[in-house]
Amino acid sequence: MAIKEATVDTAGMGYLESLPRRLVTVWLPLSVFLFVLLFPFYWMVITAIKPNEELLSREGNPFWVINPTLAHIRKLLFDTAYPEWLWNTILVSVTATVLSLVCSVLAAYSIERLRFRGSRYVGMAIFLAYLVPPSILFIPLATMVFQFGLFDTRLALILTYPTFLIPFCTWLLMGYFKSIPYELEECALIDGATRWQILTRIILPLAVPGLISAGIFAFTLSWNEFIYALTFISSSEVKTVPVGVITELVEGDVYHWGSLMAGALLGSLPVAVLYSFFVEYYVSGLTGAVKE
Amino acid sequence: MHRLLDNRNVLGVLFLLPAGLLLVLFLTYPLGLGTWLGFTDVKIGRAGEFVGFENFRYLAGDAVAQLSLFNTFFYTVVASVHKFALGLWLAVLLNEHLPFKAFLRAIVLLPFIVPTALSAIAFWWIYDAQFSVISWTLQRMGLIDTYIDFLGDPWMARFSTIAANVWRGVPFIAICLLAGLQTISPSLYEAAALDGASGWQRFRHVTLPLLTPIIAVVMTFSVLFTFTDFQLIWALTRGGPVNATHLMATLSFQRAISGGALGEGAALATAMVPFLMAAILFSYFGLQRRAWQQGGSDR
Repeated sequence: MAIKEATVDTAGMGYLESLPRRLVTVWLPLSVFLFVLLFPFYWMVITAIKPNEELLSREGNPFWVINPTLAHIRKLLFDTAYPEWLWNTILVSVTATVLSLVCSVLAAYSIERLRFRGSRYVGMAIFLAYLVPPSILFIPLATMVFQFGLFDTRLALILTYPTFLIPFCTWLLMGYFKSIPYELEECALIDGATRWQILTRIILPLAVPGLISAGIFAFTLSWNEFIYALTFISSSEVKTVPVGVITELVEGDVYHWGSLMAGALLGSLPVAVLYSFFVEYYVSGLTGAVKE
Repeated sequence: MHRLLDNRNVLGVLFLLPAGLLLVLFLTYPLGLGTWLGFTDVKIGRAGEFVGFENFRYLAGDAVAQLSLFNTFFYTVVASVHKFALGLWLAVLLNEHLPFKAFLRAIVLLPFIVPTALSAIAFWWIYDAQFSVISWTLQRMGLIDTYIDFLGDPWMARFSTIAANVWRGVPFIAICLLAGLQTISPSLYEAAALDGASGWQRFRHVTLPLLTPIIAVVMTFSVLFTFTDFQLIWALTRGGPVNATHLMATLSFQRAISGGALGEGAALATAMVPFLMAAILFSYFGLQRRAWQQGGSDR
């Protein structure tokens, strides 16, 4: 009986609406939303494989391509520093993510589980740190990066990205750690486990979904980062994809739209593919951080 | 040694050390340093001296800085209102009983995943003055005679950048609000319907009040990130045409990094802080959880 009630409940009151009405109130607006949200991606793909004659012509149907070509992608991969940018982006994103995850796990465990004196205030401070936008930090950070001799190095990015990754990851992991029962930890303590053993053998295996959420989120945030990479890097061989595409492919008056779009497409694919494998984790990370 | 490690205060601080060091060195210190730089006349490659409110006085009388303040507010208000309205609508639509619900939710979030600088390039091409696909379609439909200069005309450029920002922001708001909607029990709607509430009344008196706390948090974040936006503007217009789309963040980059006037740029960035604080406090106190939403009674 209870189960039956639950299944009826999830259907809501949709059955009260007739089909034509639902078509207008739900499906029509939803398809407009989907069209607008996805059109730029379609446009990226179609432009990346369009030959120049078709790109720069007002005749014919711009929504379709007649003679698809891989010339733009070939030019991008072999005549520009794009592969290097891609490699830099991967290197910086992975390193910054791992570094932030390690720091965040320790910090979140410390704040949520060790409950030392003043841990609540540290938790609040971490949340406030998340609200500090990079746009007001990049100038002082640029002077620091310069003084430390880190200007134009990947290390500058690896060390500064955690400033927005750690607050987010810590906040998210605190929520996950909170949901793990205290009794497990107490049992282990009685059995003589140290705090370190508890963290690595009990808490972490139970918090794997949280770790994946935080990791995926941190990775996409680093991949997305723009202002630090634009400010701290000047040589082409250490640039990241977003900065490289914007600053190096857009030079002069003649824009190579095909290569630009191919660059945008190839730069978006890795995060999109990764995201598609971990959608659930990503969404729970996104909403978990907001709900707290 | 061993006993010391069992002490939770000692161990707590020890565990907190790596994160704390990184954040103090690269977040707290630069925050203070940035404020200090705003009060000096430091330039790239030259140490500065304390000049008091000189930078702020200069910026207050600077027409471009005034314009960027106006642009920032215009951009934030118009984009946030649209993101909220469309995001809430999309969330309600996705909360319906639909086939492929998980798949729909996954592809809706795509604009938010892809780097803004890269999707901005797609918009740049869509907004092209000569080959814009929007202009092409409108012309074929007979609605316009000449192609629209999306990024060349000041007001068109403002609305075009806002549209691109809304495009990227709507999925984030929709997915967060959807998570909130899913926690509302359908029986509340049934009870309201039995009491004779119309669809709009159910939305207004059941959905909105129960969603208010999560709306507050989501919109705080949204306003915060819109107000300090840099990436989209830099990729699409670099502040042009004739500074019409310069936000405070892009102008401070231009003055500090491209122009070398670090002190002036830092002052502009610091000038954003009070507005951010106001936005946070407003949404915190204006929309925070009310006691009755958790079963208590409002005073």
